[in-house]
Amino acid sequence: MSSSTSSLEERHRQLGLTDGEYARILERLGRPPGDVELAMLSLMWSEHCGYKHSRRLLRRLPKDGAHVLMGPGENAGVVDVGSGLAVAFKVESHNHPSAVEPFQGAATGVGGILRDVFAVGARPIAVLDSLRFGEPSVSERSRYLLDQAVAGIGHYGNSIGVPTVGGEIYFEGSYEQNCLVNAMCLGLAPHARLIRSAAAGPGNVVVLLGALTGRDGIGGASVLASAELGEGDEAKRPSVQIGDPFTEKKLLECCLELLDRELLASLQDLGAAGLTSAASEMASKGGVGLRLDVGRVPLREPGMEPFEIMVSESQERMLCVVEPERVADVLGVCERWEILATPIGCVAEGDSFQVLDGGVVVADLPVSVLVDDCPLYNLSPTPPAAPLYDAADAVLTGDESPAQTLLALLRSPNLASRLPVFEQYDPIVQSRTIRRPDEADAAVLMLPDSSAIAVSIDCNGRRVACDPRRGAMEAVYECSANLACVGAEPLGLTNCLNFGNPEKPHVAWQLVEAVEGLALACEQLGVPVVGGNVSLYNEAPTGPIFPTPVVGMVGKLPSAARAGRLGFVAEGDAIALVGPFEPSAVGSELSKLLGRPPAGELPAADAGRIRVAHQTVRARVRSGAFHSAHDVAEGGVAVALAECCVGGGLGASVRLPNGLDPFGEAPGRAFIVSGRREALAPFVVIGEVGGDALAIEGLLELPVSELRDAREGGLREWV
Amino acid sequence: MKFGIVRFPGSCDDIDALQAASRVGEAVLLWHADHDLQGADAIIVPGGFSYGDYLRAGAIARFAPVMSEVEEFAREGGLVLGICNGFQVLCEAGLLPGALLPNVSLKFIFRQVELEVVRSVGPFTGGCEVGERLSIPVKHTTGRYYAPDRVLDRLQATGQVLLRYAVGHNPNGSLRDIAGVCNEARNVFGLMPHPEHAVDSLTGSADGLRIFESMRSHVEQHVLA
Amino acid sequence: MRARVLVRPKAGILDPQGQAVERALPALGFDGVSNVHVGRLIELDVDDPERLPEMCERLLTNPLIEDYEIER
Repeated sequence: MSSSTSSLEERHRQLGLTDGEYARILERLGRPPGDVELAMLSLMWSEHCGYKHSRRLLRRLPKDGAHVLMGPGENAGVVDVGSGLAVAFKVESHNHPSAVEPFQGAATGVGGILRDVFAVGARPIAVLDSLRFGEPSVSERSRYLLDQAVAGIGHYGNSIGVPTVGGEIYFEGSYEQNCLVNAMCLGLAPHARLIRSAAAGPGNVVVLLGALTGRDGIGGASVLASAELGEGDEAKRPSVQIGDPFTEKKLLECCLELLDRELLASLQDLGAAGLTSAASEMASKGGVGLRLDVGRVPLREPGMEPFEIMVSESQERMLCVVEPERVADVLGVCERWEILATPIGCVAEGDSFQVLDGGVVVADLPVSVLVDDCPLYNLSPTPPAAPLYDAADAVLTGDESPAQTLLALLRSPNLASRLPVFEQYDPIVQSRTIRRPDEADAAVLMLPDSSAIAVSIDCNGRRVACDPRRGAMEAVYECSANLACVGAEPLGLTNCLNFGNPEKPHVAWQLVEAVEGLALACEQLGVPVVGGNVSLYNEAPTGPIFPTPVVGMVGKLPSAARAGRLGFVAEGDAIALVGPFEPSAVGSELSKLLGRPPAGELPAADAGRIRVAHQTVRARVRSGAFHSAHDVAEGGVAVALAECCVGGGLGASVRLPNGLDPFGEAPGRAFIVSGRREALAPFVVIGEVGGDALAIEGLLELPVSELRDAREGGLREWV
Repeated sequence: MKFGIVRFPGSCDDIDALQAASRVGEAVLLWHADHDLQGADAIIVPGGFSYGDYLRAGAIARFAPVMSEVEEFAREGGLVLGICNGFQVLCEAGLLPGALLPNVSLKFIFRQVELEVVRSVGPFTGGCEVGERLSIPVKHTTGRYYAPDRVLDRLQATGQVLLRYAVGHNPNGSLRDIAGVCNEARNVFGLMPHPEHAVDSLTGSADGLRIFESMRSHVEQHVLA
Repeated sequence: MRARVLVRPKAGILDPQGQAVERALPALGFDGVSNVHVGRLIELDVDDPERLPEMCERLLTNPLIEDYEIER
């Protein structure tokens, strides 16, 4: 990374700093930075850590809500769920490492988000994953990435005893070169155990917990994430982070016990840019300075240089601040859990972050320069002049019968059953899971007071590509609709913005429009954004990925026993279509199978009517009036009905409203519900549950067994 | 009646076993490093990934300090139930015959399966009927039961196979569809499926409760009486 | 001294890992490969190599399902 023959000036470029950024460093410091300082600054000022292109934009997102206990800026967002309990949650990306080494990239993505959650004092109780790859039918590489990413997620989540309760997988050509691996985690904490990351108390001791420090990820995640992947990413392999869920399990139990015993002043996990970012952010939030001695950091590799120790991304490590009189107790708890604990520094007055090696100062930077002085860039959004994305290869000609079309949709990779993936995950450990994947539109987890929380994660990148503002709004609507189907009211939202290179005006436009859409929909539904993540530069020489603002939403329902389900339940139940539904073919799965490019205006949304529909479904699921509820999303009403039939093992006879496109889409606003006829009033009954076939009058009749076979066969050939 | 649930570093389903056992009697956690069974009437070695499954699943856990007490307890006829990773530990410790190998699919598998009760006499399945079906989930990577043929013949002849995967429900290639076996003295039982995750219809099925209830009946009749 | 213990699945026991590797090689253009088995390598520095067999029997291998070979 450094050469004695190149000057510091050229070195800054190697580390990813622009000339302008380097000049700013000189001006802020009043002198050139030393080696270690340059390494630290290059990471803190990278896009991944500094959010240079997105921070201003993110201020648009609404963050206030009655239940919010911790908002954006902490390790995870936290909402109150009643009975003295709180739920912490966040979603994060690990896209670039997963493209390089998908098993470990996905595994360490899970590990990282777990640490963010227990860093605020919450016990992780669920994980969800939002994945995107290229087309499995044509790309061996995408099949490999899918296979390995799923194995990595399973390996980490299963081993550490946190259930994987939901998620989504999409296959689109635009993700071929840039796969997306976003991991979401929820945790549970009594209010009293919640802790913030601000370091405090000059004289307090900084203690490093967990795994030894090696060369993992050096020049890794942060720098990778600030550049587009091109040739030569093989060379990045030596720095791949390897995850160890066994150590993290011990670390998790150890940290929760330290918090239960009130032994810590603050806690922070080590993620991107390792010690540098963890320590400087703790100092910045606390308005204090810090002195760290890298000579005390326990190492896995001999002869590591100070800058390597400061930026190492070795996994399964946490940093805490402890009052001096409590250090012995902290070390005792750690020893019992077989977790290495090493005092490596102390909190100081002032604004100075000092790094020592033995007795020698090797870096001395103002905290504010590291954390606050990172330049923020304005975006120059311009709508694309020409279409950005090609159409997928056509699988259908348009001459197929409606029955053949439905089967083709059910079989298609985006709609087929995800069971081959889900059965590689443990969804039930910790004994809270009321609704497993495929049983309902949202996962449902029981709380000790017999209420429950529900969680969903959604985004359709192709629809966002058609229309970034409306597509992003749909992601929010859909999450809320999924929660309504189990009877849950939204409490908060987390998001991961996966986009291409923001320095290109058309990508900047996608970003600005999508964030505006997220903000509008959150305001309309009254859901605060409590945290999130940004992953930019997901771009190949062929162009950017579909703009993919992944939304994760958490809600609450008063009675776990009354959680909704999506499959039809009883013969003779009436079926109704609820919600303001005006579907179109734009951006639909069928349009993709027909070989049409992602383009066109998405349907407008009437926020008021959508809100009423969600409230109605939520209330009637809670009361038991609706025996089943399933939102209409990809594939339209026909696919939704098929999913209800397969889910319940029951057929249905249905007559669709005149002129309704059975495969048209308008996500997040319409529901197929079933129940006793009188319980569905005033909604128009469109059919009845019964028999062993799905019959849509004038359109198709297919045995449920055939629907099931098509759906179950879809992914199995690739997984 | 008191259940003691062993907790190793890496145990995951220890709390689940604790909660399940608590529905039937008193239940406490037994720390791996302590030589103390806390007066438990029955021991449960739970599921999870003790020691990360490093070297071989259960290979390191079997040497944990508390295991010397568990082995003595078993030798003296105390009830010991090994679930999933616990089954692996008991096989490694020689308290049960056979070994668990990687699933034929080479992947982790989670599935709600149906088990058939093969033998309904004894402390673990005494509350069930022969031929009865129990719906219980499995979740493991290394669950394929193996023993040499002559051992399998003997286990079947002596009625040491207590539970079998119902036809079409064998998720891992276990020989002769064996899901759970006990020792000759019938006081130690190991199974790969998770009965502690089948104690409440709200979260699945309640069929697994029968195993804990059988254990309590046995203890009440033979130990506490 | 530095010792190596090679651990192999016992003959006669189904070895799906070995089978998976055996299936994958021809697909990559490598023909004429058969009888593939996948095991483990354990490397260690030992003061007393005479104790290695005992280490293998007690911890490093499961003699019911594995064979081992010690290399010094």
